[in-house]
Amino acid sequence: MSEVIKLKRGLDIRLAGRSETVYANVAPAEQYAIKPSDFKGLTPKMVAKVGDKVNAGDALFVDKMHPEVRFVSPVSGELIAVNRGERRVILEVVVKADGNTTTCDFGKEDIQSLSRDQIITKLLNSGAWTYFKQRPYNIVADPQLDFKSIFVSTFDTAPLAPDYDFVINGNEANFQAGLDVLSKIAPTFIGVQAESANKAFNGAKGVTITKFSGKHPSGCVGIQINNVQPINIGERVLTIGVQEVVAIGKMFTTGILDFGRIVVVCGSEIKKPAYIRTIVGAQLTNILKDNIASDNVRVISGDVLTGTQTATDGYLGYYDDQVSVIPEGNDYEFMGWAMPGFNKFSNHKTFLSWLTGNKSYKLDTNMHGERRAFVVSGELDEVLPMDIYPEFLFKAIMAQDIDKMIELGICEVVEEDIALCEFVCTSKIPLQKILRNGLNLMAVEVG
Amino acid sequence: MKALRKYIDSVKPNFEEGGKFSWLRSTFGGFETFLFTPNEVNKGGVHVRDAVDLKRTIIVVVLALLPALLFGMYNTGYQHFRMHGILDAVTFGDIFWYGFVQVFPIIVVSYVVGLSIEFAVAQMRGHEINEGFLATGMLIPLVMPADVPLWIVAVATAFAVIFGKEVFGGTGMNLWNPALIARAFLFFAYPSKMSGDSVWYGNQVNVADGFSGATALSVANQTGSTGFDFMDQVYGFIPGSIGETSVIAIALGALLMLCTGVASWKTMFSVFIGGALTAYLFNQFGAESNNMAQLCWCDHLVLGGFCFGAVFMATDPVTSPRTESGKYIYGFLIGAMAIIIRVLNPGYPEGMMLAILLLNTFAPLIDNIIVGRNISRRKNRVKQIAK
Repeated sequence: MSEVIKLKRGLDIRLAGRSETVYANVAPAEQYAIKPSDFKGLTPKMVAKVGDKVNAGDALFVDKMHPEVRFVSPVSGELIAVNRGERRVILEVVVKADGNTTTCDFGKEDIQSLSRDQIITKLLNSGAWTYFKQRPYNIVADPQLDFKSIFVSTFDTAPLAPDYDFVINGNEANFQAGLDVLSKIAPTFIGVQAESANKAFNGAKGVTITKFSGKHPSGCVGIQINNVQPINIGERVLTIGVQEVVAIGKMFTTGILDFGRIVVVCGSEIKKPAYIRTIVGAQLTNILKDNIASDNVRVISGDVLTGTQTATDGYLGYYDDQVSVIPEGNDYEFMGWAMPGFNKFSNHKTFLSWLTGNKSYKLDTNMHGERRAFVVSGELDEVLPMDIYPEFLFKAIMAQDIDKMIELGICEVVEEDIALCEFVCTSKIPLQKILRNGLNLMAVEVG
Repeated sequence: MKALRKYIDSVKPNFEEGGKFSWLRSTFGGFETFLFTPNEVNKGGVHVRDAVDLKRTIIVVVLALLPALLFGMYNTGYQHFRMHGILDAVTFGDIFWYGFVQVFPIIVVSYVVGLSIEFAVAQMRGHEINEGFLATGMLIPLVMPADVPLWIVAVATAFAVIFGKEVFGGTGMNLWNPALIARAFLFFAYPSKMSGDSVWYGNQVNVADGFSGATALSVANQTGSTGFDFMDQVYGFIPGSIGETSVIAIALGALLMLCTGVASWKTMFSVFIGGALTAYLFNQFGAESNNMAQLCWCDHLVLGGFCFGAVFMATDPVTSPRTESGKYIYGFLIGAMAIIIRVLNPGYPEGMMLAILLLNTFAPLIDNIIVGRNISRRKNRVKQIAK
């Protein structure tokens, strides 16, 4: 048996609207979009034009710096729009599905007989390379680099996150095939929840298994890396999600890259939370139709801590396997700071809700206060199970002191790892944004 | 409440940019957010946030100070009537009322002066009004002697807010605890009014024979014994600054702050450990002739500002170390230093204020050492791999 790493710090946000492990049927989406903004630091270069017919697996745009990194269409159909924002930044590349799903065949291969270069080339050609994210920076990986290791977290502890033990059902062999591919690129590590008895995860071969127990963010891959083999300056590590590993495994065994994605639709404003089968980049219209309980809601692609705000006709994010819908909190509360607070969720004990046990809360998007300077100390450390002093790191970033940032471990964190810090912050400081600024600054100055 | 909200919404445009009272924007915002938690929503980053904010945190501190304040009022009256030797002739109501009349104006002066400066500075800088002074404004009266002239309270508060806090950038940026800055200012600028060894109760007319009004610490400094029953020292029926005398009242506040997690138990606990241990060592090895060295360690802990400082001053998160392990070192050194000053400085029998201010100064250094160890761990990791 592998060892269990017990993470004591963390916080489970008990959000209402969790889905049972059941599937619901929804009509397939008509439109799909790939959003360059889902890939940090990417400068896209269009290779398909509006009006072009594309197959699933045909490139829509490429990375300007690394043209071999292709971003492909998840469905067959017609490229109908390239929506641009300020300064002509590409926001969405929209494909209207033709309903046939003609896919490119990349050919069956025997994984064991392929070299590392052959594997990377195949991943690049199929567009599956973009499933990997590279740390530091959490960007699409540069295929020419060497990677120290690849990490996969097989459980997600974020609020209302999908249960991968359930999602993996029926795809165990593909998952293992995917891990075989990964191991050819770099030594592969997977993090498994201590309570999980899933055979695909616990019995994975050719990889190093580490078991974790603890609250959120123990399921965040960054936390797992830090506790297994922390990233040092100059090192590069790849991370990838469970469903992406399955898709890669399937592509090497069948030749076809499956863009199917199991997504959990959840949140207190969803009438019937459930798992659904859809496709990467799907428009949410059909998924959310007749399923939202009230008018004033926020639709989030992803979880409530790190997801992207979108609309009921928005698109599923590239890496997301969760859609959360929660109430918008744009109303006032009379003397909110003075109430006993039995119904308020807080990691701090100044609200009496900590006496009321493990009930679920219907949280809205209100900030519950105004931004201040750092005052309360130690609160960020309480929810970050890493050997890092978050407050000092953030102060170094605010001061744009790159040497200090590196010394304090900026290479080891990305936004999702410290999202809980932002949640608990009494002073309402936008920590994820600050971290991203720091990472961007580093990418420019250090590379 | 809807009517109130409607009214606020109707006058709000006057205070926004371009409105005729836009120069009062911060002030309006301060009152508005006091009445109503703003309707601002999360943009980018997390979509939900913890219900806590700084107002909530600060208000818990103010609540925690109430037992000490109420007892301080009672004790002010108690000491007054005791000094006049007519304690048996007055009722509880008389005693409390006398204390209330003495203490309440000090609170009003502290809040009015402090908040006016806060509002003015926020207005000048175009900032929102910070709630930090709500706690400071309550702490300042509690570390004053009950008969301090009001103009001195005003001067000390102004000095503390301007030079203790605003020049550093406001709440969260200050190096020293502003309430202690106020007290230190009085101590150095008006030593005749506040020397730390005697406190006046009432107007010192018709004083009963042989009653000096000296604080227990001062008596102990001169005679080697406090002259008070130990339990009286715990209950707080002794002369001293308004809020500092009752260990019981302070303990109630400490309990609230620890249960709500607003104050760090690490700091609080280690102040007491540091104080007790140092006092005990002086008891064992101190010079026979030094009265303070011979004062029992348990007396040291309950006398003067030790408890009040440990619970309400040392635990101020802004002026404490920001690292958890640093808090042990910081607390321990405050406790030790307070006793060392008491014992070894014959001129000033109370050391808590100076000890905390000194360690406030060293808090960033303590953090630097702790964080430095984290940094070298990270560097060693790289070296290990290089081997």
